[in-house]
Amino acid sequence: MKIHEYQAKQLLREYGIPAPRGRAASTPDEAREAAEALHGKTVVKAQIHAGGRGKGGGVKPAASPDEAVAAARAILGMQLVTHQTGPEGKKVRKVLVEEASAVRKELYLSLVVDRSRGKECVVFMASEAGGMDIEQVAATAPEKIVQCAVHPAVGFSPFQARKLSASLGLDAEQRKVFAEIVRNLYRLFLEKDCSLVEINPLAITKEGRLLALDTKINFDDDGLYRHPEIRELRDPDEEEPLEVAAKNAAVNYIKLDGNVGCMVNGAGLAMTTMDMIQMAGGEPANFLDVGGGASAEQIEKAFRILTSDPNVKCILVNIFGGILRCDRVSAGLIQAAKNIEMRLPMVVRLQGTNVEEGRRMLQESGLRFTVADGLYEAAEKAVALVGLG
Amino acid sequence: MAILLNEQSRVVVQGITGSEGSFHTRESVRLGTRVVAGVTPGKGGTALDGIPVYDRVGAAVERQQANVSGIYTPAAFTPDAIFEAIEAGIGLIVCMTEGVPVAEMIRVKQALKGSGARMIGPNCPGITTPGAGKVGFMPNFIHKKGNVGVVSRSGTLTYEMIWQLTGLGIGQSTSVGIGGDPIVGSGFIDILERFEADPQTEAIVMIGEIGGTAEEEAAEFIRGQVTKPVVSFIAGRTAPPGRRMGHAGAIISGGKGTAEEKFKALERAGVLVEKNPAEIGRRVQELLKAT
Repeated sequence: MKIHEYQAKQLLREYGIPAPRGRAASTPDEAREAAEALHGKTVVKAQIHAGGRGKGGGVKPAASPDEAVAAARAILGMQLVTHQTGPEGKKVRKVLVEEASAVRKELYLSLVVDRSRGKECVVFMASEAGGMDIEQVAATAPEKIVQCAVHPAVGFSPFQARKLSASLGLDAEQRKVFAEIVRNLYRLFLEKDCSLVEINPLAITKEGRLLALDTKINFDDDGLYRHPEIRELRDPDEEEPLEVAAKNAAVNYIKLDGNVGCMVNGAGLAMTTMDMIQMAGGEPANFLDVGGGASAEQIEKAFRILTSDPNVKCILVNIFGGILRCDRVSAGLIQAAKNIEMRLPMVVRLQGTNVEEGRRMLQESGLRFTVADGLYEAAEKAVALVGLG
Repeated sequence: MAILLNEQSRVVVQGITGSEGSFHTRESVRLGTRVVAGVTPGKGGTALDGIPVYDRVGAAVERQQANVSGIYTPAAFTPDAIFEAIEAGIGLIVCMTEGVPVAEMIRVKQALKGSGARMIGPNCPGITTPGAGKVGFMPNFIHKKGNVGVVSRSGTLTYEMIWQLTGLGIGQSTSVGIGGDPIVGSGFIDILERFEADPQTEAIVMIGEIGGTAEEEAAEFIRGQVTKPVVSFIAGRTAPPGRRMGHAGAIISGGKGTAEEKFKALERAGVLVEKNPAEIGRRVQELLKAT
């Protein structure tokens, strides 16, 4: 799960990591209030779940509350396009108004999980080349990145901060502050089940202070169950409406650009079904995994999500039953077909536990569907139906 | 011979009284698995179809000599269930539970180190050795005893592949679903190593997914240390970058973890890469005929 910059900075402050003072605003009036409370120069920053906001015109300096209002007017409601949003961009609904900082140097500091074999731990990365895309730094100047793995049984130890800061050009006082930032960042990462914490840039101001000028925090979705306070930070406006509906139905759905809607059980088979549709000359409209223990109700919800995408011309149901039994799939399909007016052609492929029962239920339901036996055959039939539909 | 699960395996099911745990315990018994005990804290002294239920894994080990555990507990209780199995001296832990936080898996990996326990999963369909039974929820009817080892990161896609093999009359030594999470108990390499050492296994099918570098690491291992023929497919060629495709591990990030990269790494290692998953069975058939 992703959160906004203003929320991430609030978390940093809660963990004693210095970030500029600021406040989120949804209207120009709120922006004025925020700017007046801060006194002096401010920066108005678009709050969307994507990087590269500055280049797209989503970050503006303001010398006075009036300028902050003008900046907020310009940014709020704009369709902000960055290299991470896609060409359609993202609508800005909130801005962060924060105190401006005079920056002397920009550093980089992050924490991620190293999942590679035999390592499986949390890793710090620091670089003197802050403010840039770290992947670009890794590609062009890897020597500028210092890494330090944290042994899970040991946790944070001060030498790690010394190792990370050795090449950052900090003075004695700054090194002390940096060590505290590193310690607290690790604590935040563990305590909140983060999957990424990135401070970029970590600025050294003209006054010599260390300050988290921009930050990005992502969370492990599997850890959210034990962090209700983090779940509250979720912003449904940042997500595809159909994906929100899917999440509420506990179905795994990702919208794509094609016209063959798919409903599959299991993520691997769902990806494979997408691959097969493309191989058969079509384009998948989505990724949809109905999951293992999906009930008939969930399947119906999944079905509704699929049919509400106007691009979908045909539906391919591909179920290989294991934990999800085919009779349950059939019950869900029948229920859905009865409850909604099904106009789209459907190709159904069932395999697995209770397959005979599942097929019999479908046949006796009077539901109109094209049966397919093989994986590729199913994709071909679905692609052919798109042409007819 | 087969790998990991064999005729000597005595299975305890952790979470046996839950709906998934009990359903799949019964299914596995039907396949001939020796399920000797179940564990659900607070339900000790009861039984499921005559299988004694205990409060603790330790009791199942002491009284029923359980040496393999299948875990179906809810995610929040699963790290504890794994630690308990390790402490009780279980040799093979197979964890089906989905949704175990990565931070917990980092702790689990630490606990496994030097413990003598091997773990499969979490978030996996389990392991089946035709003739000896299964732990997990691969459908019973897909398997056939034979000489091909199957290892996969997926669930249902694994059934698909096994079913294809069986349809062509090609049996399996053991099929292992290692799970789709970023951090898993056993990776491709751990399983490939065993297939290579197993006299029953003549060829290996490896099913990967986008995301991470497990397939690239496996390719490196195959190049150096696997002499048996390997056929491979990677799911997710059409997946867009930056979107998590269901499995927590299946995400293309920073241009890394694409299917094409993995195909290339595997080809370089001499693996027979098949891009149409409907053809995997036939590729294996051709390979076996040629040898």
